[in-house]
Amino acid sequence: MRFIAWRMLTGDRPKYFGLILAIAFSTFLMSHQMSIFVGLLDRTRSQIRDVQDASVWVMDPKTQYVDEVRALSFQDLYYVRGVEGVRWAVPLLKSVARAKASDGTFRNSILLGVDDASLTGLPQKFLAGDWRALRLPKTVAVDRVGYEYFIGKPPYQTGQELELGTQVVRIGAVVDASPPFVNLPVFYARFSEALDMTGREPRQLSFILAKAQPGVSEEELCRRIQAATGLKALTSSAFGWDTIWYYIRNTGIPINFGITILIALMVGALVSGQTFSLFILENMKYFGALKAIGVTSRRIVGMILMQAVIVLAIGYSLGISLTALFFELTKDNLDLRGFRLLPEVMLLTGGLVFVVVLMAAIVSVRRVVVVDPALVFRG
Amino acid sequence: MSDSKSEFNQDGAAVVCRGVQKAFGSGPSRLEVLRGVDLEAHYGEMTFLLGPSGSGKTTLLSIIAGLLKHDEGSVRVLGKNLSKLHNGEASLFRLQNIGFVFQQFNLIPALTAAENAAVPLLSAGWRRKDAIDQARRLLSELGMAHRADVLPNKLSGGEQQRVAFARALIQSPRLVICDEPTSALDGPTGRHVMELLRKIALNPDRAVLVVTHDFRILEFADRIAEINDGVIQKVTAAKGVS
Repeated sequence: MRFIAWRMLTGDRPKYFGLILAIAFSTFLMSHQMSIFVGLLDRTRSQIRDVQDASVWVMDPKTQYVDEVRALSFQDLYYVRGVEGVRWAVPLLKSVARAKASDGTFRNSILLGVDDASLTGLPQKFLAGDWRALRLPKTVAVDRVGYEYFIGKPPYQTGQELELGTQVVRIGAVVDASPPFVNLPVFYARFSEALDMTGREPRQLSFILAKAQPGVSEEELCRRIQAATGLKALTSSAFGWDTIWYYIRNTGIPINFGITILIALMVGALVSGQTFSLFILENMKYFGALKAIGVTSRRIVGMILMQAVIVLAIGYSLGISLTALFFELTKDNLDLRGFRLLPEVMLLTGGLVFVVVLMAAIVSVRRVVVVDPALVFRG
Repeated sequence: MSDSKSEFNQDGAAVVCRGVQKAFGSGPSRLEVLRGVDLEAHYGEMTFLLGPSGSGKTTLLSIIAGLLKHDEGSVRVLGKNLSKLHNGEASLFRLQNIGFVFQQFNLIPALTAAENAAVPLLSAGWRRKDAIDQARRLLSELGMAHRADVLPNKLSGGEQQRVAFARALIQSPRLVICDEPTSALDGPTGRHVMELLRKIALNPDRAVLVVTHDFRILEFADRIAEINDGVIQKVTAAKGVS
């Protein structure tokens, strides 16, 4: 009977390909939208993720997320360094400065001031130049967005000058930084240089980055710092999630994207479910004939489920491949950086499409099992 | 399940219906379709069930085929009371003992003539090659050897009907049920397929029950049961049939 089920499915090529394309389209729609959503939320914590040397972030107790900063004092930095279990602690400045190229092009940019001595907080992948360039006075590293906006397309080179805040600086390195939530250029400078660029103020320390001593867990260190200093201390992971949740709770992005994903899901469910139901409906009289001939309902159910699994497997594979191809083709597009197809999205989409097609198959199976004999005899 | 001849009706009837009643719906919308049907179809005979649309032919056919349960009365098919069988048992009984010819043939469009004819054997678990070889032999007997690998939409109405006959007869069933076998065919073709049906389907161990309202083919009947308003009005035996 598997042979008959296979031939019934593939015999009518337009319907067969229509079914596969419907499921592929639904899969693409859902996986693409979910990937964009997840990528967008992931972008909100990109600057946290880029700091790979430190594992603990210390901040003002009322800080909610990475982009809203209340400055700390250097006294706080010394307090943190004095907490038992802290291996080292360094300052990090996060500020916004206006950058201006020699041709007058200007744009607000994110300026990150990293520890003068250790350069903790500087991305570790360099596209041009290297970390040593930041040792030079009035020298910065810029990310790809900033370089291509102010200087031009690759190949990336160093040595160009531009205004950053109050200073004229030289580009000493181009780094491959993760894209921020708002696709602004990102500049990195030594902490002391960054203070000069933004204009010195009494309290100019955005975060303190710390590392635990061997044998002290990150969570334990956070508890100790909070208890000793009254400041908020979070692991990189926890701070990243706090930032994501801030955006989920306080912006319309998740709601609007959630609606979009829901619509994609509904459209996908309707298209693939309806197409499969129609396919079964159009074959109803043949299933009815098989039933009359003596094929048991169980075997007919098996035939329909086999047909569902075949179109599901092919349609899903095609759809998910299209999504993967989309992100592969757009990976070098600066505006689409950070968006990618995650295994979790693949699994979730697969689960949703499976449930939709399975439900359509179950509804169709029910129709076949209780098929009206008159349909069988009247054709 | 036993289908030995010892279970067959002693008077030679393959189908025996007594006082069969069937209604659909309830309350004011209740519709009595069969109102005490008595019918017999005998081995070695072609029994025609003749009646206008809405007379209850299809409902009676569905009950005899075990696809529909009757409300009252008794139905014995090849000695079995199908209403007492579970769905799976009834399916197996149909597969092994009843051949069906449907009004619109109901050939699966994606299967060739031979594959369509082989469907009951495939359902019974035959190997595909053996089943299709067997179907080819039967199609050859029906003069369809050269069309065995053709899809149904490339066959004429008469050819499709012959494939449907092959599918109905391939398991050598003891009862063949034909639902309006000539309604989709023109007059000469209809006559031809009835001649063929009579030639290949009738034998002393098999009964053929034909539901029709085509008066042009009544000459092929051994016995004609006229149904109207859910009741058998008259049963007429052809000359030489007791």
